[in-house]
Amino acid sequence: MKYLRLVRASLMRKKTRTLLTIGSIMIAFLMFGLLSALEKAFTAGVDIAGADRLVTIHKVSLIQSMPLAYYNRIRAVEGVTEVTHATWFGGYYKEPRNFIATFPIEAETYLKIYPELEIPDEQRAAFMQDRAGMAAGYVLAEKYGWQVGDRLPIRSEIYRQDDGSDTWEMTLRAIYRPKDNLGDPTALMMHYDFFNESLPERIRNRAGWYVLRVDNPDNAPQIAEAIDNQFANSSTETKTSTEKAFAAGFANQVGNIGAIVTGVVTAVFFTMLLVTANTMGQSVRERTNELAVLKTLGFTNNRVTVLVLIESLLITAVGGLLGLGLAWLLIQVLGDALRQFLPVFYLPPRDLLIGLALMAIFGLVAGALPAGQALRLRIADALRRGA
Amino acid sequence: MSSVKIRGLTKTYMRGSERLDVLNNLDLDVKGGDFVALMGPSGSGKTTLLNLIGGIDRPNSGSIFVDNQRIDQLSDRQLAHWRSRNVGFIFQMFNLLPVLSAERNVELPLLLTNMAAAERRSRARTALSLVGLDDRASHKPAELSGGQEQRVGIARAIVTDPGLLLCDEPTGDLDRKAGDEILELLVALNQSQGKTIIMVTHDPHAAERAQRTVHLDKGRLEMDAAA
Repeated sequence: MKYLRLVRASLMRKKTRTLLTIGSIMIAFLMFGLLSALEKAFTAGVDIAGADRLVTIHKVSLIQSMPLAYYNRIRAVEGVTEVTHATWFGGYYKEPRNFIATFPIEAETYLKIYPELEIPDEQRAAFMQDRAGMAAGYVLAEKYGWQVGDRLPIRSEIYRQDDGSDTWEMTLRAIYRPKDNLGDPTALMMHYDFFNESLPERIRNRAGWYVLRVDNPDNAPQIAEAIDNQFANSSTETKTSTEKAFAAGFANQVGNIGAIVTGVVTAVFFTMLLVTANTMGQSVRERTNELAVLKTLGFTNNRVTVLVLIESLLITAVGGLLGLGLAWLLIQVLGDALRQFLPVFYLPPRDLLIGLALMAIFGLVAGALPAGQALRLRIADALRRGA
Repeated sequence: MSSVKIRGLTKTYMRGSERLDVLNNLDLDVKGGDFVALMGPSGSGKTTLLNLIGGIDRPNSGSIFVDNQRIDQLSDRQLAHWRSRNVGFIFQMFNLLPVLSAERNVELPLLLTNMAAAERRSRARTALSLVGLDDRASHKPAELSGGQEQRVGIARAIVTDPGLLLCDEPTGDLDRKAGDEILELLVALNQSQGKTIIMVTHDPHAAERAQRTVHLDKGRLEMDAAA
């Protein structure tokens, strides 16, 4: 601590240069924070995917549906303990711009397989009892000011009822909250039976995808293979994968988000590293004489080296913490506005720790070269040059 | 009071492929409490000799004893510790850290001790008052005159109470009046506190204040005269 004043004074020697460097570090860590949150938004499904959950979809694509009869055949496969299904409804509220991720589900089994969707007991019971009931994520309910008990028209851009109507009148019976905020709090669930019975006869009894739980995640590959083998060479072949792979595939429809984020962050950090290393190098070169004086007074080579490294670490830490702090603040402010598009948008604690580690690493790397110069500085030579 | 004994001291520099013999088999004795002026033409090896006595450069051969401790064989780390306790350096260009106040500059050598902050500040203040600058403690070097800067340099050199003060042209960058004041201060430190002082100077007027003048030329001791 007693050297902190010395370090701070050295950094404040050229205020503008130091502040500009801190600014560039701040921008780098601001980008890191925002991109981390963005990556989280796209890959949240992957992270929360259960290791013991598999997803079976039509072999051709996710948008092709499968016969409902597959339900029992999948359930019968050895190692499968629970099966449910869901379908993409293409829903919206009143106008197409009010898009809502809506799923007709087999509620009883669905909520067993997804225990992370937390619903108060009485609302859960009400939802289960009302065939024309719905369960909405809390963010969706807040957005439209929906209350439990509201009767709401939900329209579909894909399906038409037997009578030609595109509107399903339902009552909001439950509002769910994803545990630890890791699920999608903007979705809407309706009962499959209610949905199925309203459809024209020819398109009834189809399911979008099946989700199943297995008794042992280690057996997942064999079980997936057994399921797909059952439907091989049929008119509707299937593709079964882990929920993680399914969610990753879904997220990667817009590109490999992880790789994009890593690429951008690497470029930004590399630039920041050059800027900081240049600042530190210049700062040490300008102070050659002073560092020699410190050594003359009895500061050892190591002590002078550590002082230079502390300067570098301090400058990176100040810039980094400001950047991450600003990112956190922006995410809080923008999070609500973006909730409709990015339901899961927050700065994960893990990435905050990575940010702190990066500050330390970049501080040390940026300071390494000038610290080496300070270490090797020969007092007599430096004083002679400075005289 | 620190005594200095030098035997067979040789220092050679390489300038490109050219070999420069800066000090050549030099012997010198300085008694504890002496005030010695080191004179000679430019390039005669005065500053090099001062650097070697202060342990900030190493000889090619020969030995240097300060208070009977041989310092030319100490490691860099040991030399740094030795300097912090035993030697005070006073430079021609003062070499103060421009970003620190006078008091913080004087406090610098004390950062290497285990002293509490309050004691460090108190000692720095005492050193500044010894050189007559206690009212300038909070001023930065740029806010001081050359003479005042050198006083701060002297306060920094004596704050750890070393027995040996090494001065490299301490009045070289000052006008006559300020230079005289600095010399007065050095004489006082020598006489009242018994500091051994070795002062490199070009100025015969400054050398007159020393008890003894040593002349160097081409790396050899040419003349050794008591005042």
